[in-house]
Amino acid sequence: MSINKEIIVNGITVAFDNERNLLEVIRKAGIEIPTFCYHSELSIYGACRLCVVEVEGRGVMATCSTKPEPGMVIHTDTKQIRSIRKINIELLLANHDRECPSCVRSANCTLQDLARRLGVEEVRYKQLEEREEIDHSSPSLTRDPNKCVLCGDCVRVCDEVQGIGAIDFIGRGANAKVAPAFDQDLSSVECVNCGQCAAVCPTGAIIPKQDRNDVWDLLHDDSKIVVAQVAPAVRVGLGEHFGFEPGENTAGQLVNALKMMGFDYVFDTSFAADMTIFEEATEFLDRLGGSAPLPMFTSCCPAWVKFAEIYFPELLPNLSSCKSPQQMFGSVAKKVLPAKLNADKKDIVVVSIMPCTAKKYEATLDKFKHEDIPEVDKVLTTVEVGRMINSAGIKFDELDPEAFDMPLGFSTGAGVIFGATGGVMEAALRFAYEKVEGKTIKQLEFKEVRGLDAVKEATVNVGGTDLKVAVVYGLKKAKELAEKIRAGEADYHFVEVMACPGGCIAGAGQPITHDIEVRKERAKGLYTADKRMQLHKSQDNYMVQECYNECMGGEAGSHEAHHTLHTNYQNRCQIFDARVPVLKGDADKLLPIIVTICTKQENDPGQKLLALIVDYVKNNNLADKVEIEAAFTSRPSADGTIAVTVGSQTVERSKFKNAINTEEELANNAEFAKIKEAIDKELA
Amino acid sequence: MQETNEKTAAMIEHLAAVNKILEKYNCDESKLIPILQEVQEEYKYLSKDVISYVATSLDIPPAKVYGVATFYAHFALEPKGKYVFKLCDGTACHVKKSHSILHALYDRLGLSDDKQTTDDLMFTVETVSCLGACGLAPVMLVNEDVYGQVKPEEAVAIIDDILAKAAAAE
Repeated sequence: MSINKEIIVNGITVAFDNERNLLEVIRKAGIEIPTFCYHSELSIYGACRLCVVEVEGRGVMATCSTKPEPGMVIHTDTKQIRSIRKINIELLLANHDRECPSCVRSANCTLQDLARRLGVEEVRYKQLEEREEIDHSSPSLTRDPNKCVLCGDCVRVCDEVQGIGAIDFIGRGANAKVAPAFDQDLSSVECVNCGQCAAVCPTGAIIPKQDRNDVWDLLHDDSKIVVAQVAPAVRVGLGEHFGFEPGENTAGQLVNALKMMGFDYVFDTSFAADMTIFEEATEFLDRLGGSAPLPMFTSCCPAWVKFAEIYFPELLPNLSSCKSPQQMFGSVAKKVLPAKLNADKKDIVVVSIMPCTAKKYEATLDKFKHEDIPEVDKVLTTVEVGRMINSAGIKFDELDPEAFDMPLGFSTGAGVIFGATGGVMEAALRFAYEKVEGKTIKQLEFKEVRGLDAVKEATVNVGGTDLKVAVVYGLKKAKELAEKIRAGEADYHFVEVMACPGGCIAGAGQPITHDIEVRKERAKGLYTADKRMQLHKSQDNYMVQECYNECMGGEAGSHEAHHTLHTNYQNRCQIFDARVPVLKGDADKLLPIIVTICTKQENDPGQKLLALIVDYVKNNNLADKVEIEAAFTSRPSADGTIAVTVGSQTVERSKFKNAINTEEELANNAEFAKIKEAIDKELA
Repeated sequence: MQETNEKTAAMIEHLAAVNKILEKYNCDESKLIPILQEVQEEYKYLSKDVISYVATSLDIPPAKVYGVATFYAHFALEPKGKYVFKLCDGTACHVKKSHSILHALYDRLGLSDDKQTTDDLMFTVETVSCLGACGLAPVMLVNEDVYGQVKPEEAVAIIDDILAKAAAAE
């Protein structure tokens, strides 16, 4: 006899199947159960105690951590349940910073929303007087522990989805809080700035850093020419902020609104995305020819790049050396616009509008500054721009669409689909296919790399060669894939990585959503835009080609293009190493030199290298200008990851050995020469 | 210019001991608590460097190890003295005026609730919730030695005794 898989919720019979818990079943029945700590994509935590219901014969139970069983009789709205939920909210409010009107998450805050819904009209408990310091250290995110409800959503998304665990609970009981290791600032730990913590935070405890006021100042400064670049995913996300349907393309309205706000020119990051394909696909074909190691990883996502710099330094040579589209745009804009606009380079300001918080961090990196002028001056998220439009009194939904300015606003569909997972891969394949085959591609769509699966694989035949490609989002999945590659268990040629779920369309700068359907609609919006555009292949973007002709050596991969559009990466594996001071000078400004020593190797050659460096600085009267530290690691693959950091440069020393013959001695000398050169250069 | 070569050598030695503990537990993430306990036994406390080192060796985030270390009162994140006084402040000891002992120790050593270890790293004074010897209340542990029905002046005498022995040894 089969048992009916049914439960009774508030007198209504509800069937269930493979739902994860009672909560999902009740929500399926159309009854909204309040939660803080429950996310369908994260593990079940059971901390907030808001999802409680009464189960007849069992009493009050948390639905998130209860399995549905046939015959359960459930009441979701009894007097007792109401009272429990209300008191929970009241207690959370008691130690919450209740400066709601000035909070970025006001009107979009679960705590505020639940307090209103559950009818909490007064808080009977006294507010805590002790206040925690706000962490402003990160260029991407602001942490305000006074607004934290300890639901742990941020802790779990960072660990379970991104595979990082940069923040965790520290302390216990009334002293418990969420913080980075050793209660340090977010900027000094392994955070990659993806902002998914902010995207799942139900309150304003972690928010994207707000740069709106700086941008208003620039817009109000008459001596500046303010140039905007709009990333692909922004156009299918911004509309939601103004009540449009998810996925609706509002690029035209955005151009109009930005002009009204005082932006002088509005360009399209998709132009730079097309340029990225010129460079990246050319680099890929060169690598296929043996110029550099395979597989090649994409480098568009700054969260992924920092992740690789920390956890996979030995794979850094596999990262495409191409700058991300944001930085390509910035460097091209500052190269071509001064002449075109007849203006001084320092008066041209590039403001990026991005779906992303990591882009804020990327723009601040020293390697993207030249003579103190950054390639990109300010980065705003989609939501920040939405709020700026609100504050300017612009009725966004009534605006007529306008076109991007030329030439840096011209793009193809390939540059637009960059915003969705698989988009970069597809754009690159459209380019590589035609380059190799030498004929027009008939089937434009590479369906295997589309869709919202976290890992997608495909084999594409290009010019007789089977290219194995992989597309992955979520850094934990990327880690698993990279570990396979490191272990030699996967033989891909090309791997695309994006940190956020579904790609940039669900970046932490976009209007907050946890609805997979919304993500699908946003991705669809980009693919529809591609279909409606006249050109679909980056190589057909004649304005990009013109740009190459004018100032970048005429073609992708040229010397000049390399200088402007490519970058290098920094080995960041030393951030967790145990440190010991070795030598410290007395000068005001000291050059930090950090040498890794592996504790798993007896007589690790790092010790010898350290002694050589100490002798070198002493013998050359540099000892007062440097601060030398030894960094200790037990990383098993230490040989590839051991490094010497000199200022902002990291010099690999994997070839440095305890020399036993002349040949090795010579190799050591060459390795040491590199370090000496770096020290001299940094101190010059 | 300051140079500290001996610290590098000391660190290598320290971490070799940590490596032994890690190997004993096969670098198993689920053995984090026993690993931290043994490491603490070796060094008396868990330094930032050692926490990072254990975390990277076990391939878990340092924030998680720090979270565990701050959750349990057993783990110390600051160096402790050579002699650790654990004064019981459970219900029985509390009504038997354990506080007067605590303040006598604090006064003698210049310590307080915020500063529980002397600068010379000789003494640490801390309270614990219950040592499970309520019949002997008020109870105190000095390292491994148990003292029952302690009076404030007896507690101070223990300190003086230790200091006198240390002076004689020099």
